[in-house]
Amino acid sequence: MDLVEFLVKTVTIVAVFGLTLLIAMYSTWAERKVAGFIQDRSGPNRAGWGGLLQPLADAGKMFFKEDFIPALANKWLFIAGPSLAMLTALLASAVIPFGSTFRIAGHEVALQGVESNIGILYVFGVVALGVYGIMVGGWASNNKFSLLGAIRAASQNISYEVAMGLSLIAILMMSSSLSLGEIVAQQHGMNWNIFYQPLGFIIFITCSFAECNRVPFDLPECETELVGGYHTEYGSMKLGFYLFAEYINMFISSAIISVLYFGGYNYPGMDFVYAQLVKSFGPDLGHNIATLIGTAVFFGKALFFVFFYMWVRWTIPRFRYDQLMNLGWKKLIPLAIFNIIITGAAVLFLKPVITAWLN
Amino acid sequence: MVVVSRNPIHSVLYLILTFFTLSGHYILLNAQFLAAVNIIVYAGAIMVLFLFVIMFLNMKQDQEEAKTNLTKIAATIVGGTVFVILFGAYRKTAIEPFNPQTYDSQIGMIESLGHMLFRDYLLPFELASILLLVAMVGAVLLGKREIGERHF
Repeated sequence: MDLVEFLVKTVTIVAVFGLTLLIAMYSTWAERKVAGFIQDRSGPNRAGWGGLLQPLADAGKMFFKEDFIPALANKWLFIAGPSLAMLTALLASAVIPFGSTFRIAGHEVALQGVESNIGILYVFGVVALGVYGIMVGGWASNNKFSLLGAIRAASQNISYEVAMGLSLIAILMMSSSLSLGEIVAQQHGMNWNIFYQPLGFIIFITCSFAECNRVPFDLPECETELVGGYHTEYGSMKLGFYLFAEYINMFISSAIISVLYFGGYNYPGMDFVYAQLVKSFGPDLGHNIATLIGTAVFFGKALFFVFFYMWVRWTIPRFRYDQLMNLGWKKLIPLAIFNIIITGAAVLFLKPVITAWLN
Repeated sequence: MVVVSRNPIHSVLYLILTFFTLSGHYILLNAQFLAAVNIIVYAGAIMVLFLFVIMFLNMKQDQEEAKTNLTKIAATIVGGTVFVILFGAYRKTAIEPFNPQTYDSQIGMIESLGHMLFRDYLLPFELASILLLVAMVGAVLLGKREIGERHF
């Protein structure tokens, strides 16, 4: 690998990393604003214009609070818990395709950290690891409530991962590729997977709510039963890391949803816009501007799903634990298997008939 | 580290680390799919269950019974024998030298793996899946509450 390629990759990865952190930071602000709007109050409005500096103020407060470790806690694992949560949350953004390519001085630069042959499996593996941060932290606190929260989180994540994987398989059967870049490229021209996989989409989004421990499924931190859940003993920036990791997970899963089901950076009338831009700005600049528009569309879709998460959070009450497990194992998994069978039959029998009829 | 840790939780965490190093080896051997599946299945699901069970057991250091000398000696002999067998197998195997002409860089990719599994090894693959299904049904049957019995 030559130096230019190495530098380009480094810049892309740092940019993706920084963007993920920035968006997660402002999601905390957006969450309070959305909560304020839904509950008919104004939300944070003191720090900066419309409370825009509120995340910075919060971060400052978190950093300067006393950082203590309980006397009977397992010290190393107590520190490792939030670090693991943060690490696994940030890892997943590496393979998301944020846009098509930039042309700079004859080089084609893909707006994606790593284009991998196993992209979606990588995301899935990292999501599967996400539960360790919570489990290790909850156990190391040496507190019954933390342990119960951690165990709830673990069993919930394992249960919903199964249904999530099964709902993904239907997508993989249609696209016959595991690479996220390839899946997006195939959805070009309003060929979005949501039109073919509405059931799979509903299963996937439910499971991603459960994986992020967001509200209808936030039993691991259910304060009426468990004090504070797995982060009862945490304070200062360690608690901040746990909360922050949740927001990063939210953004990542929104981005994955828009990549898998809503065509990523594709938008209606894309080819027309591309042709116009190339005609008026020349092939290089026009291509770059078209890519930027595509990236903006992608972020629009991802941020809409972040908003959707918040909307649901302030609308729906929490499930009971047995309801959660029944939904996961007895409803979502059979539905996902049914979806796989339907998709398989459609790909095998219906698709040739329709293509023959269209021609 | 998996073996010598006194705390079972630490053992499990070291075992997870071992799975990561194993995945690293898979990637070095150009088998990306295997590496990812190893992380998802072993590190992501099975080890979480291990950790789960050990956390429930709530082990205390002082309740651990002391091992007698006999068990220690027996364990050493068994471990040594396994090592000798592995070493013997390693001595016997002949590793083919790397040949750039015949080497296929796509061999570990998911496409070639799928072709291999569903064309050449279809019967063993299906038999393995039936075995897993039988194990699953058995586990469900064992875990099922009988009529009139209450566990809590």
